[in-house]
Amino acid sequence: MTRQGWEVVIGLEIHTQLNTASKLFSGSSAQFGSAPNSQASLVDLGFPGVLPVVNIAVFRKAISFGLAIGATINRTSVFDRKNYFYPDLPKGYQITQLDQPIVVGGEVTVTLSDDSTKTIRVTRAHLEEDAGKSLHENYQGQSGIDLNRAGTPLIEIVSEPDMRSTDEAVAYARKIHQLVTFLDVSDGDMSQGSFRCDANVSVRPIGETELGTRTETKNINSFRFLERAIDFEIDRQIEVLENGGRVVQETRLYDPDRDETRTMRSKETSMDYRYFPEPDLLPVVLEQAFIDDIAVSLPELPEARKTRFVTDYQLPEADAQILTGSRALADYFEAVARISGDARLASNWIRVELLGRLNRDEIELTHSPVTAEQLGQLTARIQDGTISGKIAKDIFDALWLKRADDVDHYIEENGLRQMTDSSSIEPIVDQVINDNPAQVEQYRAGKTRVLGFLVGQVMKASGGKANPRQVNELFRSRLG
Amino acid sequence: MKVDEAVVNTVANLAKLKLEAGDIDTTIEQMSRILALMEQMQAVDTSGVEPLAHPLDAVQRLREDVVTESDQHEKYQAVAPETDSSLYLVPKVVE
Repeated sequence: MTRQGWEVVIGLEIHTQLNTASKLFSGSSAQFGSAPNSQASLVDLGFPGVLPVVNIAVFRKAISFGLAIGATINRTSVFDRKNYFYPDLPKGYQITQLDQPIVVGGEVTVTLSDDSTKTIRVTRAHLEEDAGKSLHENYQGQSGIDLNRAGTPLIEIVSEPDMRSTDEAVAYARKIHQLVTFLDVSDGDMSQGSFRCDANVSVRPIGETELGTRTETKNINSFRFLERAIDFEIDRQIEVLENGGRVVQETRLYDPDRDETRTMRSKETSMDYRYFPEPDLLPVVLEQAFIDDIAVSLPELPEARKTRFVTDYQLPEADAQILTGSRALADYFEAVARISGDARLASNWIRVELLGRLNRDEIELTHSPVTAEQLGQLTARIQDGTISGKIAKDIFDALWLKRADDVDHYIEENGLRQMTDSSSIEPIVDQVINDNPAQVEQYRAGKTRVLGFLVGQVMKASGGKANPRQVNELFRSRLG
Repeated sequence: MKVDEAVVNTVANLAKLKLEAGDIDTTIEQMSRILALMEQMQAVDTSGVEPLAHPLDAVQRLREDVVTESDQHEKYQAVAPETDSSLYLVPKVVE
């Protein structure tokens, strides 16, 4: 459908889990994926008589993020109670920050698909605790509650409604993701819920200055779903308005299986969270020196690292841009480049083979079946001439499918070394000359293009182990 | 603000409290008195006074990011009405 005549207004709220060892208010481990309720202490369970004790690391991480986006850091910040009842929130309230969040303001500049740039303002980033998880399957008429995640620290990063297209919204979310991973604020693992987006979307006729009624689509956990959910919502709202209807302010859920959003809670305004200052916690007052220490020890940010990749490794800017997409990817690249000794080769293999396959199989880099050490070893063997590029691809497949582990061992075991000894290639070349008199005749008559065919026959006969350049030379000297 | 039956029911609903019909009038009366006190307090001129986040004049102490708790779920779940496979079981809630 056409969006002509309509302006889209998007704001995002991004919940980013902080990668601390312990939880926000208790000494429980915040590790993902442990046995149910093995990391839920009395504080996390909301037992009477217990008190929260604040983790200093969450302030370091939130402040790093704030400094990186040029925000104001509130030296005094206050926790508040947000009251609602849900079984995965055992206290009956979430501790969050309302009036005095740790981070206020700031902005990020994003690059759009047409290479133009746009600056998006951040309203605030506040600290809060995550809820537990409800499992609705397998229990007839009941839900199972796992409170390992309850109390895990989050920062909720709230943008201004500055985005005017899906492209801008996705670019902004990617930029925030890139920042929090580079800063080591979050592992950013979307498949594990470490980075979840809520999209506030409204539309208005072009030229209108009042904002249209917005909907909020919650808990979107991949960039692709973010794109689809926003697109669906824009089209849905335009259709409602063009048919003379009116958009209802409500909370919606994106369903990836049906590729649609649907009502989750209507009449959002009826939700009354009855916020008040958290009586169990005093205001947190930080020394300026604490903030200054964080400022001087900020890690290398994406832009700086990209520039370094271009200068130190002589990579094209576009490649450096891709390789600095996340800290994990940039680290992966540097590890492969170090082991292989050839940064360009490392870059090519990562961008083409590795990222291609990760995308195809929808796997995050942190769960890649091929480690940086393995790819480093593989590219080192291409670089030193042990194996051909073609054989390397076969080995990469074997690594991907976990049929191979140690590259050198696999090469030896399967006899994949490139033949460099001409005495073993010569008989194959002679055989190919004997078997293909017609092509040999054509070559001698000046049709040098058939050389490619002849070389191909040798490569095939050698199982890809011959060195094509060497084979070329052998043909030239024999047929010349 | 006038407290009537609708207000009492909304607040009771938010607080997940079940009020018997006979409780409503008493509650209206009690809430009205609380709100009257609030109105009285609101008459005080507080311009130039910083909002108070906590009555104690102290600041929060922070702890280092160290895991100090171990897995005690068996003990904690001993008092739970129902559990299965280490999960707490509750009446089904789906939004």
